[in-house]
Formats: sequence, C-alpha cells, structure tokens
Amino acid sequence: MASIPPEFKVSIDSARCRKCGICVNNCSFGALEFGDDRVIPDDSKCVACYRCVSKCPDNAITITNYQWANRGNANWTPETTSNIQKQAEFGGILLSGMGNPRPHKIIWDHLLIDACQVTNPSIDPLREPMELRTYLGKKPDNLEFVENKEGEIELATELQPQVKLDVPVVFAAMSYGAVSLNAHKALAMAAKKSGTLMNTGEGGLHEDLYQYSDNIMVQVASGRFGVHNEYLNTCSMIEIKIGQGAKPGIGGHLPGEKVGEEISKTRMIPSGTDVLSPAPHHDIYSIEDLSQLIYALKEATNYEKPVGVKISAVHNVAAIASGVVRAGADVLTIDGYRGGSGASPMVIRDNVGIPIELALATVDQRLRDEGIRNRASILCAGSIRSSADIAKAVALGADAVVIGTAALIAMGCSVCQRCYTGNCAWGIATQKPELVKRLDPETAAQKLTNLLSGWSFELKEILGSLGVNSIESLRGNRERLRGYELDEKTLELLGIKSAGVGQ
Amino acid sequence: MVKRIDCKNLYYRHLNKIIQDEAESGETEFILDNLNGQRYLGTGINKAVNITVNGTPGSDCAVFMNGPTLTINGNAQDMIANTMNMGKITVHGNVGDVVGYGMRGGKLFIKGDVGYRAGIHMKEYKSQIPVIISGGTARDFLGEYMAGGIFILLGIGSDSEIITGDYLGTGMHGGVIYIRGDVENDTLGKEVKKLDIDEEDRRILRQYLTEYSQDFGFDVDEIMSKSFIKLLPLSSRPYENLYVY
Amino acid sequence: MKSSCYIPSGCSISAMMSESGKRIDGRAITKSIALMHDRSNGLGGGFAAYGIYPRYAEQYAFHMMFNSFEAKGVFENYLKDHFYIVHDEEIPTRPGAVYEEDTSGINIEYGMNPITESPVLWRYFVDVPGNRTQFVSESEYVFEKVMEINSKIEGAFVASSGKNMGIFKGLGYPEDIAAFYNLDEYKAYIWTAHGRFPTNTPGWWGGAHPFGLLDWSIVHNGEISSYGINKRYLEPFGYRMELKTDTEVVAYMFDLLVRRHNIPIKTAISALSAPFWKNIDKMPERERKIITAIRQVYGSALLNGPYSIVLGHSRGIVGFNDRIKLRPMTCARKDNMLYMSSEESAIREIEPNPDTVWSPKAGTPVIGELYEEVE
Repeated sequence: MASIPPEFKVSIDSARCRKCGICVNNCSFGALEFGDDRVIPDDSKCVACYRCVSKCPDNAITITNYQWANRGNANWTPETTSNIQKQAEFGGILLSGMGNPRPHKIIWDHLLIDACQVTNPSIDPLREPMELRTYLGKKPDNLEFVENKEGEIELATELQPQVKLDVPVVFAAMSYGAVSLNAHKALAMAAKKSGTLMNTGEGGLHEDLYQYSDNIMVQVASGRFGVHNEYLNTCSMIEIKIGQGAKPGIGGHLPGEKVGEEISKTRMIPSGTDVLSPAPHHDIYSIEDLSQLIYALKEATNYEKPVGVKISAVHNVAAIASGVVRAGADVLTIDGYRGGSGASPMVIRDNVGIPIELALATVDQRLRDEGIRNRASILCAGSIRSSADIAKAVALGADAVVIGTAALIAMGCSVCQRCYTGNCAWGIATQKPELVKRLDPETAAQKLTNLLSGWSFELKEILGSLGVNSIESLRGNRERLRGYELDEKTLELLGIKSAGVGQ
Repeated sequence: MVKRIDCKNLYYRHLNKIIQDEAESGETEFILDNLNGQRYLGTGINKAVNITVNGTPGSDCAVFMNGPTLTINGNAQDMIANTMNMGKITVHGNVGDVVGYGMRGGKLFIKGDVGYRAGIHMKEYKSQIPVIISGGTARDFLGEYMAGGIFILLGIGSDSEIITGDYLGTGMHGGVIYIRGDVENDTLGKEVKKLDIDEEDRRILRQYLTEYSQDFGFDVDEIMSKSFIKLLPLSSRPYENLYVY
Repeated sequence: MKSSCYIPSGCSISAMMSESGKRIDGRAITKSIALMHDRSNGLGGGFAAYGIYPRYAEQYAFHMMFNSFEAKGVFENYLKDHFYIVHDEEIPTRPGAVYEEDTSGINIEYGMNPITESPVLWRYFVDVPGNRTQFVSESEYVFEKVMEINSKIEGAFVASSGKNMGIFKGLGYPEDIAAFYNLDEYKAYIWTAHGRFPTNTPGWWGGAHPFGLLDWSIVHNGEISSYGINKRYLEPFGYRMELKTDTEVVAYMFDLLVRRHNIPIKTAISALSAPFWKNIDKMPERERKIITAIRQVYGSALLNGPYSIVLGHSRGIVGFNDRIKLRPMTCARKDNMLYMSSEESAIREIEPNPDTVWSPKAGTPVIGELYEEVE
C-alpha cells in the first residue's frame, strides 16, 4: 500500500521519551516498534486510537493528521483519492466502522427547548419529585373496569406485557462477537444498575449473562445466531432486527478472526468461520411474514414478552412503521442514518437512509394520524449524543432512546472507526484475549452507570425548567420545541414552529 | 392415553394452548385430525411429546421447536422447522419453500420434494448437528448460506437425472450436502466444490438413511445402491477478500 | 382520494377456475381466502369474477365507486356523452352482513367485522357507439375513457370495466367483503380473491385489490420494488397511475404488452419476470434472440421485488412469481378445476382431495385456459 499516503502522523518527542516501551506494548495495530534504541512509528498503521497517547507516562507522543499540501481541489479530496487508490490496489468493498462521519447538518443542534418564565413556574428538580420512569409495550385503546361483589372497582382490561425503564435510555444492539464478552458484561451490569436494558445484538447470549435476564433485550436477526428456547426466555423483551441505520438493507459479516471458541459456541458456527448475517430474514419477504414471525416468537414465549421490531430510517419509513405496528410489534425501534456499526460498507453508510429526527417525527405523526400510536412504544436510535438529544427526541415523540456509540465512548472507545479489524486497543470491539482483558467490566459498567446518571440529572433539569415533573409531559410535546436555522419544509415535517414564534 | 383433537374450527392459538397445557400435565401422545392451515404447530412445547397430524399444517410449522416429534400425514407449507432446535419431523408428502431455515438441531425427514432455499443457514456445533433428508427433488438455492448440518437429497422416483435447481449452496460456508446422482457444474454456487463420497460419508449416509427408510418404508440398500456426490464449502470464509480497509 | 402517495402492502391471494366454463358461486373462493385471514389486516379485501353477467355479456360492465351522489351525477353525464347505457343499477349490498361460514375457525377468534359503510356503488352496462371507433379500436376507446374518469372526475372510480366480469372490493377482511356484496349470489367460471395487509390506512375502497382494467384483473402478494420506473415507463403510453398501490402497474403492463403490443401472454411474462442473463446465454439461439430482445426493449417493464401474481382475463388465469421466488404460491388441479393460492391449506379448505398439487417454478407461469365455452 506504499502508494497510499498515511492518514496520521505519529511524533515521538525524544527529549521526553524514557523508552519504557509501554506505548509499543499498547499499540494493537503494530504502528510502534522499538529499534535503534528508540520508538519508531509506522504512520501508515496508525489509526489514531490514542491508546499510546493515553498510556505514555511522559506525554511524549503526538498524533496529528497527515498534512496534505493544499492543492485547492474541493472535489478530489485526499479521502476520495485514497479510497480510489485502495480499491485500485485490492478490489472489493470499502469497509468502515462507526456511523456516518460526513459533515451534514445535525438537526438536533437546530432544535431549541422551551423554558418557563413568570407565567408558569419552573420546578427545582433537586428538591421536588421528578419522574423519568417509562414503560415499553403495547397499550390498549382504553381501559375497562368492572365492579366486584364488594362494590369495588376492578381492572377488567388485561394489559399486554410491559417493560419498565428507570431512565429513558437503552443500550443499542451490539453483538457478542462485534464486541467483547467484557463489553457485553459491562453493558448488562450497567443496565441492571441503571434500571434499563442492554441489547444482545444478533450474536446470542453468553451463559455468564443469563443472570441479567431482567435487563436484557434479545435480538432475533436474519442469521438466527444463538436463537433457541432458553435465549428467547432469558430476557425481558425480544427484538426482531430488520434494519440498521448504518447499513439499511445490508447484512453483516463478522470476520472469522473474531470467531473464537466461545463465540463459536454461542453462535453455533465453527471457530474461524465467517459469520454471515444476510440482509433479509428468509422468512420475511413481505409485511404479513413479519406478522407471522412476531406471533411465532409470542407463541414460543407464551405471550409473556413484548416483541419489538427495529427498522432503519428510509424514505418510506412512516408507512413501513405503520405496517410494522399493524403487524403486531409492541415496540418499534427506528435507527437513523448516523447510527453506528462495527462494520459497514462505506458506500451504504454514507449514502443510504435519512436523518433520525425527520424519521422519528414523521413516524410518530403517522401513527397518531392513524390512531395507532398507543399500539407500540417508539425507541429512537442513530447517534444520540447527549441528554439534550434525548429530551428533543422525547419531545418529538420517542418513548425512549437507544445509545450505542455513546455507550462505547463511555467505556473508553475513541471512535477510531476500526472496529472491524478486531484490533480494538480498548478491549471493546475485539476478541483477542490480551486486548479483551484491557476492559475491566466492573469499571466500564461504572462509567456507563455514571453517564446515565449524569444524563438523568440533566433530563430532570430540563423537565424542571419546562415546569413539568414527569417525562410523559414532555413526550410528544412538540410545542416545547422550536427550530432554528431550519427550512420551512423541515419545520413542517418535524411538526414544530420556528424559533421566535410564540404559542 | 392418546389425546385426539378435531382441529376443525380451532384457531392456532387455541389449538397450541390445548397441546401445551396437556403436555404440561403429562400427556405425551397427540393425534390431530382435520388440521388445515394452523400455524406454529409444535412450538412452545419443551417436551418430547409425539404429535401425529392428519392434514396440512400452516406455515412456520415447528418454528423454534424444542423437543417434540411430529408426524405429518400430508404436505407441509413454507418455513417448516424454522430455527428448530430439537426434536424430529417426518412429512409424508412435500414441503414448501425455506424449510429448515437456521435449523440448529433435530431431524426433518421429508418423503417428497422441497421448494426453494431448503436448508438455508443451517448451523451446527460439535455434536449438535441438524439433519434434513428429502426423498424427492429440490428447487433453486438449496443450502444457501449453509453454515453447518447435513442435507441429503435423494430424488427417488424422479424422471430427471438432475434433481436440484440452480445456485446450489450459494454462500455455503459449513456443513455438507449429499446428493444422490449428480449435479450440473454450472448450477453450483461460487462458494462450493463437488466431491465424491468416501467411506466415512457412506457410513453417515447409511446411518441416517436407515432411519429414514424405516420411517417411510423404503429399502435402504436400494437407495444406497446409486452413487452419491457431496458438496462442501470451498472455504469457511467465502467473503474474506470482499472488503478493503 | 386519489394521490401519488405509494403504500406498500402484503397479502394473501387465492384463485379458482373451471377450464370447462362451469360457473360456480362465490362461497368456495370466500372460504378459501378466509382461511388466510391472518395474512391480511382488515384494510382491504376483494374478488374478481368472470362470467357473472350472461344477460349483458356483450356490454362493458363498469363497476363504479362514488364518494358522493354529486360525483355520480358528474360521472353519468360523462358516461352519456361517451357511451350508450344499456342498463344501470345499484350494486346490491348487505351492510352489516355477517360472514356465516364457520369452518375456518378464524372468525371465531376475531369476532365478526361486518362492513357497515361504503361509497356509493353502482354498475353500468354500456356499449361503445359505433361512430366512436373510426380511428381507435373499441378496447382502446374504453381504455382512454377509464383513464380519463379515474384521473379527471373527482370522487369517481372505475373498479372494473371488462365484459361479463366484475370486481367486488372494499375496506375490510375479504370474507366480510364477500358477505357485504353477497357473493353467494354470483356464479363465475373464474374467481380470484385478495386479502390485503397495507402499511397504512388508505381510507379508500379503490385501493383494495383486485385491480382491474378492461377484462384484466390482478391480485398480487408482495411489493414491486421497481414501481418507480415501471410507472414512468407506462405514463407516456397514456396510463395514469392514480391509485395508492403498485398492483396497478402490473395490470397496465399486461394491457400494454398483450393488448396493445400484441405479445403472447407467455412471452409478456418473460419481460415482466425475466430469465437471468446466465440462463438466457444458455438458451437455443432462436429463444435466446427473442428473450434477449425482450430484455433489451422491455427492461423498464421488469417487475423487480418479491411477488406472486394471478392475472385474470376472460379466457383464463395466469399465475406467476418473481424471478427468485420470494413469495409463496401453490397450485392444484381437480378434474376441470385449477386452483392457485398463497397457501396449500387454502386450496384444501375447498378441495380436500386434489388430483395434483404443486408449486410453480420462479418466473414460470401456470396457465389456465378455457377449452370449452362458458355454460
């Protein structure tokens, strides 16, 4: 690959470097070597994961972008040309990790939240009760009551199964295989501590995690890996994965390098074999087939667990969502085009799908127009970065949000986008034992718990400033949002007014 | 005791609940008469009960099935043995498309033909190996994405020498497909190779075909008297070179 | 009511035909489609029936849906200007009628969903005035008028426009639609039926299937992923896609290829559900030349995506699948009867002992043809 210039440049300050070798041992990409009594960097191998920088006791390492001379060509950028060079060298599909990195406008950042002043009071969340509890599941159109022999009122409606969340944030589907067992453990432990859910992704569930069943959402995807009776019943809900925001309409391949003995057992596939998840479920080629699978899962679990469906945000998402809900889904997850992935063809990740903000708003509105919004809870996914994003998503209509990349960052991820290499220096997206042990599940779980705790405080502050003390008063309350620097059509689709417009 | 159920006028949810409840309280033998189109038969029962079906079960028969033995006197529709884990099904007729999708264990013995995409994405782990045997012919995409397990296609009574469709074993990366007779090379998926069978294969075939022949009244020696070929994946990593980093 | 908004939907289909032309009432087809209740969601059901109007067999039978009596008035003025009306009457219906057949068991679970409200439903038996067909054929004339009515007359929709046939459809489960229209009273040598699972509430009866034009009718399970280009290909030929369904492009494709371009039905299907190049390259030369030309010229007519389709016309039915068989279809024969359905059980529900049962190959049509005259 000599003809392709490196992306990054690694500089070692020899005046500071004590030559301890910690950086060399920590670099899982082979970009640092000892030789000639000094650390010699190989720029072409550096992915800027910052493991060495963070571990260097002397602050002697600097990583910078490889500086291209400004040739003044905004069309044939360094990225575009180096991609062509890579494909010219090897053929094949360009692969990348994490979500769409392109500098498109982020709508969240153009939504502004209201606050109370004088005419209605804000509430101090430090003193007053403030509720974030959320239940996922199908709600009936109305409740019916009967009077018993004693003349007391009793509930006659039997509610469908509901899953309780203490915070309106669940962890995204990330499979054991894509991420390490320690990462899976950390997510499960944090979900339990925080009163929420982790999602197994489509790689099955390691037996060590069965103890967290109340805080686990199991996924059923096209490869059907690790899907068996015990799995389906070791969870609080089931999710059928149809699509993923980072790669709508595309399957996934877990490379054989990541398939060791434990993964092999969980997924039921020989060690070292590529794990292929095709794009479609082969029992779902039409909407009535989805309904058939939803009820197959309910039959297999005695109608005791909500069955959700995850779709990616595509052009026709509102109509599709309506069909999914009519097909019997109790929870609908929508994943926007910025959603993350351990490995996605770059051409799909960067060019397919629509922003989650528009998808969420149009789906919520469509379901309301059709009078079926109560039939399913909505989870909003695809690059939720802060408590502000959560508040805005909830105001647009989400019941709760899903975080993947943010959770990985909390555990130590530096978003170097090389998850598919299996060399994750932080022990997260790898199966190499020497790397996996770098991630202590207890510590990572604590960090995840801290993040959700911090966001909860912030959400309560936002609710307080809005003068409400329960998240359901914000849910779908688009009156408390305004758009800034958004065009008319976007405002219309979001169902919000422009900043500056009053009630 | 045998529990005999007339399935006419019974919605699948009621029927399956009756079977589940009876199985729970110790019943092990069921005969279902007049079954026609009811889905998910055998699902949600984690016990080794015997269910005899007189009729045509609906789609997704035995989806996620975990233990029961089904004897189906008739044809079965699409998606039988979907993600099945344990148990056995014998079908005294033909089956539809996408049979044994993601099958993880147990046996599916079919007297007649299979449709499109039979055995797609079957898996195995160590001694847990699912087996599908079809006595007839198969349509396109047999063994697509197959990652494990054994598929045996016999073509008994077929007029044609060629008993398979196109795109055989596309994306196959594990398991084995045995075919009685031969296949046309240009119908093979890019990811499989065709081989002659060896002694170990003959042993495996005889083992499963003896049981199969007993179930359907065939003569195992006669079946084995014709030559077989087998299809194996060229690689356990068919798409290793598909990507550029 | 009509719009360009496109709504994907899933479905169940069932069809039956007496190739000897014997006419059968609507109970059997209803029983068959009702068994597959769970494949639809109550937002569309319908039937096409051939041979139901022997008394007016020579007239074009317009089954009309009107949003209002005003629309009906506007339509009738138009009709009088362009046709000679031999007879017209309200289509008999039974609002609130309950589907009484009890063998499927499914209605026991769901309770009844009788149809209580409908648009104004009227049928007209019309002749084309002789002086109107100097420059265009009669069928072309009727085609143009149907397109004009559907696109220009607000609140009026032509549900079917063939001779001696009619389409009965609406919002509801198919068995309830059958009870509403009282299909027990009609006798046909071809019945096709459809239960719809749209991903939306169209709130409009015209969006249900079958879809019809002249004597073509289409029932369809699956989605046409190539809809966008199929639509744009048809438009310059005068077709107006007014419905919220991809099914109409299928009917128009047959109309264009078979009626207007005079291509045999079987060959037309090799345009719509074309063989793969891999297989074309292996064909004998004459065939290869034909199919290659078909794909070169009619590439925009290729119906891509998962589907199984039954086409009905006055002389028979044609069932076919997409090129890689992504939607189900089972066929059966018993004596002179031919059956096609999404599920085998739906055939066995009405014919427990067929002579043969089989699934057609992808892209290979199953064809039923009248070999005797209709009784």
